[in-house]
Amino acid sequence: MLALESIKTQVEQAIPGAKLEIVKNDAPSAQHSLLVNNTSGLAVAKYLRDEPSWRFDYASNVTGVDWPELELTEKIKVKKVVDGVEKEVEEVKKTVRPGYLETVYHLYSMELKHGPLIIRLRTENRTDKVHLPSLTPVWRGAEFQEREIFDLYGIVFDGHPDLRRILMWDGFKDFPMRKDYAEPDDYEYEPTPHDEVLDKAKQHYPAGA
Amino acid sequence: MHLPRCEDFGPWTLDLGLIVMLGEGIIKGMAVTAKNFLGSYVSEERLTTIQYPEQRQELPEAARQFPFLVFDGNDPMAGLRCVACQICEKECPPKCIYIEKSKDKKPDYIGKPQLYPATFDIDISVCMSCQICVEVCPFDAIKMDTEFELSTGDRFGGLLVNKHQLAKSNAHYHRIHPTEADEVDARLAAEKLKAEAKAKADSEAKAKAAAEAKAKAAAAAAAPPATPPASPPPPAAK
Amino acid sequence: MQSIEPSKNFEIRPKLSDAGAVEGELLEVSMGPQHPSTHGVFRMDIVLDGEQVVKLKPVFGYLHRNHEKIGEGTTYLGSMPYTDRLDYFCSMTNNWAYALAVEKLAGLQVPERAEYLRVILAELTRLQNHASLCGFFVQDMGASGTPLMYAFREREKVLDLFEAISGARMMCNFMRFGGLRCDAPVGWLEQVQKVVDEFPAFLDEFQALLSENEILMARTQNVGVLPRDLVVNASITGPLLRAVGVNYDIRKVDKYGIYDRFHFRVPLGERGDVYDRYMMRVLEMRESVGILQQALKSVPGGPIVDPKAKLRGFRPKAGEAYGRIEGPKGELGFYLISDGSPNPYRYRVRPPSYINLTVLEDMCLGHNVADVVIILGSVDIVLGEVDR
Repeated sequence: MLALESIKTQVEQAIPGAKLEIVKNDAPSAQHSLLVNNTSGLAVAKYLRDEPSWRFDYASNVTGVDWPELELTEKIKVKKVVDGVEKEVEEVKKTVRPGYLETVYHLYSMELKHGPLIIRLRTENRTDKVHLPSLTPVWRGAEFQEREIFDLYGIVFDGHPDLRRILMWDGFKDFPMRKDYAEPDDYEYEPTPHDEVLDKAKQHYPAGA
Repeated sequence: MHLPRCEDFGPWTLDLGLIVMLGEGIIKGMAVTAKNFLGSYVSEERLTTIQYPEQRQELPEAARQFPFLVFDGNDPMAGLRCVACQICEKECPPKCIYIEKSKDKKPDYIGKPQLYPATFDIDISVCMSCQICVEVCPFDAIKMDTEFELSTGDRFGGLLVNKHQLAKSNAHYHRIHPTEADEVDARLAAEKLKAEAKAKADSEAKAKAAAEAKAKAAAAAAAPPATPPASPPPPAAK
Repeated sequence: MQSIEPSKNFEIRPKLSDAGAVEGELLEVSMGPQHPSTHGVFRMDIVLDGEQVVKLKPVFGYLHRNHEKIGEGTTYLGSMPYTDRLDYFCSMTNNWAYALAVEKLAGLQVPERAEYLRVILAELTRLQNHASLCGFFVQDMGASGTPLMYAFREREKVLDLFEAISGARMMCNFMRFGGLRCDAPVGWLEQVQKVVDEFPAFLDEFQALLSENEILMARTQNVGVLPRDLVVNASITGPLLRAVGVNYDIRKVDKYGIYDRFHFRVPLGERGDVYDRYMMRVLEMRESVGILQQALKSVPGGPIVDPKAKLRGFRPKAGEAYGRIEGPKGELGFYLISDGSPNPYRYRVRPPSYINLTVLEDMCLGHNVADVVIILGSVDIVLGEVDR
């Protein structure tokens, strides 16, 4: 397995403007990933594919992930003056991590039979700045998968040859896989509703079950 | 004509040699079809059709369809093993089980008082026979039945089975899944023995402790009182 | 055959030629969702010049159930029965891929006996999938179901084995995280041995019936050729990839499970046409029989599931994992992101049939409509997996 550090330094040297960051993964699978900045996404991808000792010519999996805005609370110790004496007081600090959408690429090499190398691209926010470079010109296998991410998450891939909805029908409006997707109100009777379905049932059939 | 070249597949690649399109391959194929057709008159394995519903297929023991509730003894409602813990309701992936707990308690197979289900409905139009409810039940109360001829004309009511329709006896369970049922019975009997042994040990220890306490109290009473009883204080002034 | 460039325009309706109606128009046909030869609810918008295909756009989503969102709302164990219904022909391998991904995520170890049984079940799945596929593919060509029914005879034997061990024929829900749901009943391994011993006779009969058939060869050779430089770039996996000659079998590359203990060869094709793909599947069936014979000889006793694995209240640590196997259709992978809760945060299926459809247009250009049916049959799609 190639060390991510060495890949990072080599790519940053080869491609001016590329900024890579290692995203650690705590699970026992130990599949750490590289975060690539958007402007040099295409150049980095081409370099990864064509570099003779790596030859990542096979994009196995392209996934979209939705990270909504998250409020993080952490307790930090702050030096404060209390009753004239300087003490260390524990305060609760709230930070808001802004929401973004993310695309994760799992790359393998069919020629040299190694992998996986995982790279990530993140959008700036979830509302209007949702453009990412499309890596379909580099790996044609990403074509349908990027269309699916556009369809279900709303990330617009610049440079994709045929970006339109693939699983939902063409006139569909919303993006179903987002965490804040509101389902249309098309409740049908069912005898054993639970949880959210039970709430819907109570609205539609207030008298009975 | 080309043959697929594989690593070193030797005798398995086709050896077509010089083939002229005479139709030899087609005739060879027709020989196979004839063998199967005529063979179906003589050998069992070539005639694989089972004339359902006159003939039925022997299902293996593990075959599963929809769940049912097991009861011990003769009274379906009193002998139900289910204690309405609602674990199967939570773990069911399509959420087709609906349970309402009772208000009172009755003893289970060990003798501990437990709640029981006042309502236990399964919507078998939603149930996908995944068997997760059976796996997570801690009381071996719900098991998989093998009945699949359940068509009905009523789409909603006919496919919602309640606990009276679901309750089937342990004897039925032995009939459809004998090995499993034997194993479950052995396990429940062992647990019951262990619980009884523990209860007996507890009661013996309690009796012993009570006897010791009584003996100590008797010994304390036998000894002469150390101090004379104090005179009662004068009654409080009104 | 004229060489026609694949057009990448969004507009499915091409413009008429300038000469007008005299030269003849291009005909747009929707080989629609209800069709006996499209292997499910699958639609292709084909633009035809006479009988030849000028443009082809696959349209699917008719079976889209948003399985990934259901996965986010269900526990890890609760998603296992839903994975059966992805590629509904191969439920055991779907279960294994998901269990593999979760085991990577949570760091569970699978005991020996469970590994052997997993390999046996996966290779049985491969056998029945390839047999049915060859049958369906030949039926699309007009063989009226006879080879299909011969293949289904063998498939019934394998499904009876699945029913004996797991309780259900197709939707088995049998693998668990860290092992299997329960042990094989007494006598099951002998039954498997019997089925495996009878299988080569079926394969010989099948090959005598089909592989030298002149009609089959004339209709499938040089049809639907996939160029080698396209196939790796388009993320094609499975028998389609190996028919072109690229030696990439995940059982050999990743060595997941205990596949490194068995000796088996990887059949490779030469030209990547439909006949090569058909032969790939026949030869892979023979290899699977070899693996099964080896595995059945040495199944050890022992526990069937990792003692650290929990059935209820399973909460893997936050992190992510990607687990993949060589399914009968290609690389089936599961990508899971966990945030410490009982439900996964992101649950993604990497479907081989979906990605193999990327090159459908390139394979079909210039061929006749009848060839389109055959090419689609050789790609081996199952709509449950394409649409999820």
